[in-house]
Amino acid sequence: MSATSNTAGRGAGLRPGGVKVRVHSIETLGALDGPGIRTVVFFKGCPMRCAYCHNADALSADGGTLMSAAEIAAFAVRYKSYYGQTGGVTLSGGEPLMQADAALALTEALKAEGIHTALDTSGCIFAPAVLDAADLVILDVKHTDPQRFFDLTEYPADGTFKTLEYLKGSGKRFWVRQVIVNGFTDGGEQIKTLIKAAAGAEKTELLPFHNMGAHKWAAAGLTCRLSADAVPSAQTMARLNGLLRTKQDKLLQRKK
Amino acid sequence: MKQWEGFKGTEWRDNIDVRGFIRDNYAPYTGGAEFLAPPTARTQKLSNRYDALLAEERKKGGVLDVDTERVSSLLSYPPGYLDKDNEIIVGLQTAAPLCRGVNPFGGIRMARNACEAYGYKLSDAIETRFEYKTTHNDGVFRVYTDEMLKLRKYGVTTSLPDAYGRGRIIGDYRRVALYGVDRLIADKKKDFAELGKNYMSDDNIRLREDVFRQVGFLDKLRQMALMYGVDISGPASNTLEAVQWTYFAYLGAIKEQNGAAMSLGRTSTFFDVYAERDLKNKVFTESEIQEIIDQFVLKLRMGRQLRTPEYNELFAGDPTWVTESVGGVGTDGRPLVTKTSYRFLHTLFNLGTSPEPNLTVLWSKALPKEWKKYCASVSMRTSAVQYENDDLMRPRYGDDYGIACCVSAMTIGKQMQFFGARCNIAKLLLIALNGGRDELTGVQIGPAAPPMTEGPLDYGKVKERYFKYIDWLSETYVNTMNIIHYMHDKYAYEKLQMALHDTFVERLMAFGAAGISVAADSLSAIKYARVTPVADETGLIVDYKTEGDFPKFGNDDDRVDKIAEELTEYFSAALKRTPCYRGAVHTLSLLTITSNVVYGKKTGATPCGRKSGAPFAPGANPLHNRETKGALASLNSVAKIRYDCCRDGISNTFSVVPVTLGKDDNVIADNLVAILDGYFANGGHHLNMNVYNKEKLLDAHKDPEKYPNLTIRVSGYAVRFGILSTKHREEVLSRTFFDRL
Repeated sequence: MSATSNTAGRGAGLRPGGVKVRVHSIETLGALDGPGIRTVVFFKGCPMRCAYCHNADALSADGGTLMSAAEIAAFAVRYKSYYGQTGGVTLSGGEPLMQADAALALTEALKAEGIHTALDTSGCIFAPAVLDAADLVILDVKHTDPQRFFDLTEYPADGTFKTLEYLKGSGKRFWVRQVIVNGFTDGGEQIKTLIKAAAGAEKTELLPFHNMGAHKWAAAGLTCRLSADAVPSAQTMARLNGLLRTKQDKLLQRKK
Repeated sequence: MKQWEGFKGTEWRDNIDVRGFIRDNYAPYTGGAEFLAPPTARTQKLSNRYDALLAEERKKGGVLDVDTERVSSLLSYPPGYLDKDNEIIVGLQTAAPLCRGVNPFGGIRMARNACEAYGYKLSDAIETRFEYKTTHNDGVFRVYTDEMLKLRKYGVTTSLPDAYGRGRIIGDYRRVALYGVDRLIADKKKDFAELGKNYMSDDNIRLREDVFRQVGFLDKLRQMALMYGVDISGPASNTLEAVQWTYFAYLGAIKEQNGAAMSLGRTSTFFDVYAERDLKNKVFTESEIQEIIDQFVLKLRMGRQLRTPEYNELFAGDPTWVTESVGGVGTDGRPLVTKTSYRFLHTLFNLGTSPEPNLTVLWSKALPKEWKKYCASVSMRTSAVQYENDDLMRPRYGDDYGIACCVSAMTIGKQMQFFGARCNIAKLLLIALNGGRDELTGVQIGPAAPPMTEGPLDYGKVKERYFKYIDWLSETYVNTMNIIHYMHDKYAYEKLQMALHDTFVERLMAFGAAGISVAADSLSAIKYARVTPVADETGLIVDYKTEGDFPKFGNDDDRVDKIAEELTEYFSAALKRTPCYRGAVHTLSLLTITSNVVYGKKTGATPCGRKSGAPFAPGANPLHNRETKGALASLNSVAKIRYDCCRDGISNTFSVVPVTLGKDDNVIADNLVAILDGYFANGGHHLNMNVYNKEKLLDAHKDPEKYPNLTIRVSGYAVRFGILSTKHREEVLSRTFFDRL
C-alpha cells in the first residue's frame, strides 16, 4: 500500500466511509493515551524510525486490516458506555497522519457518533485538516534540536515543528509528550527547552522509554538500536518530572 | 416496644418485614470515607491472635483441629472463645477457634474421609450413631439411575451436591435481631396451624413437618445464645445486640449445616439503622461502631467446614462463601449505601485483607460517586471485592435480595435455591460428535448415534446433533437434581435457615454450564475454519485437525458471540422442559468455581485447538489469551449473554495490571469506575476485579510463605493465593492479564 498523500488532508472531496483505514490493531482498554477510558486505533505504517519505537510491528505500511471509517466508528460505539464524560477514541499507530485522508474520515465519523477523538501523532506529516478535526492532539515532540531529532528518528524535524507551531497558533487543545531515553532526552536543559517550546499545551507528559516492545523489532525483521541501558531509572524520571512541575509553576505564575 | 423506640413505620411491626423496616428507617450516605475509624486495641489483639492461628493452620496442612467426638449442631459444643477479654461479639462454631466440627448428615463417608485426610479418625460413637441412619448421600444413591451414575462418573455432571450439604440458602438472619426468637416462633406456629386446615396432600404434609422442625430449631437457637449468656428471645436494642443476634443466627446455621456456600445476605444497611440511632443518642461512638463491625467480620472469617481433598479440588482455597451484599439502590431510587456499607469494606484494612466474607458490591449507575470511587480504591489495594449488576437484578428480585455463593441472587427470606452445580457443556459436544461415547474412554454413556468422523465437519449438521444431545442431557440433569433435593430435604433439611424464611417460600433450582467459551470457540472453528476429526482404530474421535482462522469468543465479534448466546439460550430452554422438584423455577449459571481445572482435565481435545486435559476458562470467561482486542472487547463479549436466560448468574473474572490503567492512583480509580459503569451498562452481570502485577503472583507462586494473605478473586469468590494447589495456581497464572501499554 502506498502512504496516503498528505496534501489531500484538506478535506476537499472526501467521502467519509469510503476511505479505508489500514489498521494494525485495536485496543479496547486504553487508559494512557488521552483522558479516561479510550479505544485506541493503531494505524499501520510510519515514516519515522524512532530508536525507541515500542510498536515496531506497526512501522511497515504493508499488511494490517483494511477497515472503513464507518466500520471502526460502529465498533467504537460499542464502548461508549465505558467512555463516560472523559474517554473516547485515540488514533495512534504507526503514524495516523501517514493515512491523513483516512484519519480525517475516521475522526469525522466518530464525531458524528458523539465520540471524543484524540490524535496521537508525531506531527511529522503536516495535516492541518486532521489537526482541526480532532478534539485533542497529543503531539510527541521527539527532540527540540533538529539534529538530535534526526539522530533519534531518522526523519527530519520540519513537519513536527510546523505542527507544533500550528497547534500553538490555533488555540486548540493539545498535549505535548516526549519519550525520555538515556543519552538522548534525559538532560535537564532538554526538558527546559521542551517546556518553552510546548507553551500553550494543556499538559506536558514525559514518558520513560521501556524496552518491553523489543521483541516486536525482531519479529518485524528490524534491529532495535537501543538496549536496556537506555531505559531511564525511576530517579531520573522523578528528577525530570520535578523539573517539569517547577518550570510549569513558574510559567503559570508569570501568566498571573 | 422499648427496643423499637425512635424507629419509624408500622407495617414491619405487624408483619415480618425486614425490608420494610430498612426502607422506613435507613439514612443514605453520599459522602466519602473520611469518617472511618481505625481498629481499636481490643480488635487488634483479637486480629493478631487470629493471624497466629491462621499461620498454625497453614503449617498443619490446612486444618488446625477436628472435633471427632461430637456431631455438629447448635447445642453440641460448650461456648468457645478466641480471646474472651477482648471479644465483644461472641460465639464459635465449635468449642475452640478454627477447630472443625463433623457434620455427617450430608454423607457419613465424606465426613469419615475428610477426617482421615487430615490424620484424624471419626469417633466410634459417631460411626455407631450413623450406622443405622440414612444420610442424604445414602438416599440419593439408592435411587440414582445407571445413566445418572455414568454422567457423574465420566465428568459430564460434576460437583453435584449429592455427598455434601447443598448450601446456597440465605437465612434472613436479621429477623432474629429485629424481632427476637419468640415472635418468630409465634408466627411460625400460626403458619403451622393454618397448614392443619388444608387437604393433606404430599406437599402440605411435607411443609407442615418442615415448619414443625423449624420451630424446634428456633428454640435451639435461643438456647445456644443462652449458653453464651445472651437472651435473644426479644428484639435487639442497640447496634451491638443487633449484630450479635444476627451473628448468632448465622452461627446456628453453620453449626447445623455444612453447606457448600453459607452466605450471610445483606446486613450492612440493616445494621446502619441501629448505628445511626445509637450515634444520635450517644450510645456508641464511631470507633465503637467500627469495633462491632470489625469483630463481627473477624468472626465470619473464622467459619470452617471439614471437607475432603477431592472437594477442595472443585472448590479450591477452603471457601465458605460468607457472601455479604453491599450497596445497591432502592426501588424508590435512593441508594442503599450507608456509612455501615463503608464500615464493612473498611474491615479489609482494619483487619487486613481476606477472602471472607465474600464482599459483593451491588453496582448501579445511580450509586453515589464517592462510594463508587471508594470501592474502586478498595479493589486497587486488596483485589478482594466482586461487583454485580444491581440495575439488572433489582427489577427481577426487588431491592432486598442477596447473593448466595458467587452470583446467585435471591430475595432474602422469600426465595431459596436448590443448588444444582453444573454440567460440562464442552464435553457434551465431543460426546455428541462421538455418537454418545465418552471421548476419553470410548465408553457409551449417552444415546447411540453414528460418530461424525467424516471431515470437514458441517456446521449445520454438528449443531443439529449437538442440540439433540443437549435435549437428552437436560432431561437427565433435571431428574438428577430432583432426586438430590428430594433427598436433601428428607435427610438433611436446613431447619434453622428455613425458619428464617417465609413459610411459603419461592424455590429456584439453579443449573449450571461449564465450558461455554470452549464450546462456542469450537462451534466457531467448525463454522469458519476447516475442522477434520481424527479418529482412532475403534472409530472414536480423539482429536481434531483445525485449519484456518476463526472468530474467538472474547473479541466482541458477533459471529462467535452469537453462538455463545444461542447455546446458552437453547440450554436454558431445554432444561425448562422437565419440571423441577417442589415446583422450583429453573435458573442457569455460567460459573465454574475452580472446577474449570478439573473439567478441563476430564475433557478431550476440542475443535477450537484446546489440547486434551487443558483447563477451561473460569465461568463465562473467554479462553485464556484468546482475546486480541483488549479487556473491554472481552467484557463486551461476556455482556452479550442475556441474564434472563442465566438468572443464576454469569461469572466473569478479570485481571488488570494497574499501570495500564493510569499513572496515579486517582486516575486508576476513576478508570476502574468507568470500566464498571460501562460493563454493567452494557448488560454485564458479574465482575471479579483483580488489580495486580503478574510478577507478584509469579513470586508468590514460587514462595507462597512470603505472601500469606495475598488475596485474589478466582471465580465468584476470593482465595488466599498461597493455599491453592500448584495446578490451580498455574491456571490462575495462565489467565489473560490485560497489560498492554
